[in-house]
Amino acid sequence: MPAPMHKPSLPGRMIRTFGRPLAEMGTSRLIGRLFVIEGADGSGRSTNIKALSEWLEAGGYAVRHMGLRRSPLLAQDIEHAKQSRLLTRTTMALLYATDFYDQLVHEIIPALRAGYIVLADRYIYTLMARDIVRGAESEWTRNLYSSALVPDAVFYLRVDPEELVLRNFEKNATLDYWESGMDLGLSRDMFESFLIYQGLLQRAFGRMQRRYGFTIVNANRDFTKIQRELRAHLTASLGTAAK
Amino acid sequence: MPFAQDGGVVSQPPKYPGKLIAVEGLDGSGKSTQIYLVKRWLELSGARVFFTEWNSSSLVKPSTIKGKTSRSLTPTTFSLIHATDFADRYERQIFPLLQAGYIVLADRYIFTAFARDVVRGVDFDWVEKLYNFAVQPDVTLYFRAPLEVALGRILDGRPELKYHEAGMDLGLSTDPYESFHIFQGRILEQYELLAPRYHFTVVDATRDIHDQQAEVRRILRGRLRLSDFMKKKGRHA
Repeated sequence: MPAPMHKPSLPGRMIRTFGRPLAEMGTSRLIGRLFVIEGADGSGRSTNIKALSEWLEAGGYAVRHMGLRRSPLLAQDIEHAKQSRLLTRTTMALLYATDFYDQLVHEIIPALRAGYIVLADRYIYTLMARDIVRGAESEWTRNLYSSALVPDAVFYLRVDPEELVLRNFEKNATLDYWESGMDLGLSRDMFESFLIYQGLLQRAFGRMQRRYGFTIVNANRDFTKIQRELRAHLTASLGTAAK
Repeated sequence: MPFAQDGGVVSQPPKYPGKLIAVEGLDGSGKSTQIYLVKRWLELSGARVFFTEWNSSSLVKPSTIKGKTSRSLTPTTFSLIHATDFADRYERQIFPLLQAGYIVLADRYIFTAFARDVVRGVDFDWVEKLYNFAVQPDVTLYFRAPLEVALGRILDGRPELKYHEAGMDLGLSTDPYESFHIFQGRILEQYELLAPRYHFTVVDATRDIHDQQAEVRRILRGRLRLSDFMKKKGRHA
């Protein structure tokens, strides 16, 4: 597929959040676009984001990335807490939320103001799904992220847990403690825990899909097909946005 | 803890045998002195007692210091980082100890967050929901002092005020003392709004330390039966 036609001036838009916007977001208009790729480890998120970035840059769009645990403020503390397994479900939820809002205010919003296309390698949906699977009230979780920006599009790369487990083994030859949901005590068998946990996350995503209406992409298919589908969606989104 | 089958567990916290006593009030209201004396009284009476204070968990200490030093905290991340600190103490100490039948004394509780965060521009409804995982105290002692009295106790020695302590991040004034004055005045307004909503027990914080403590002990004797919290003696006798 050819690179998207460069539309140098996307029209600016008001800040739009799920609930109340934050005072620290300011009021000036956002010019760029926010696209979110969601999916488990091994669903092909990073490969697809990398390819999308190249394609967008080829078309003349400036691209920025965001992801989980990337704020300079918290990344170290979260890593340490995960390693030492000191986290309770609430502190885990709150640490990730702090990291999220730090990036949102200091990086994403300034980038969108400056007209960048921001590609988010996971967003609030993964965070909410993890919290909900751990027993957080969905209303509490929604309130926590109510000031997040509404993305221009969200793509959930869904891979069957049985396929995911194989991809994880191919990549690392081991399963990650947290991605297997071992803190939940679903099973002492890590392989079994991984399958149950990823299944629970997918069900949580399914329920969120009905509320938030994001696009579910069948990521059991090969990379080319997935990438083509994503590019078609982005082309449409950038095209309508520019009219 | 049961994990959610479909969309999240909405469970009321179970009944527990412990009691939670919180103290709130402005810096300089004398609340820390009073809760310390309550702690000594209970300990020396042989009661099971645990003391916890605001912003004291080690979990987010490095991030808090980093954020404060670099002054990169926004009202929301300031709020969330303190909520994380609180949740760590709450889930690992406060709530388990209440379940084990302790008297838990909290020097500042969720109301400190409500007051400070709202003054920084956070939406009240948002921060109130943020903390709804925490149980309400059995007694919240609010040490009410006029602004000038509380300020006087803090500022008499012209201490060096820290940036966030003085509310300098709000941009109220470039002078730390003036900023502190305005900031504390706004927090006082918030406390006064919270007092009826959360049924604070008001203590007149302008009186002598000794007189206040006598009143506090009288209030607490009326609200909990000390004999329920005594450590067992001669278990092996």
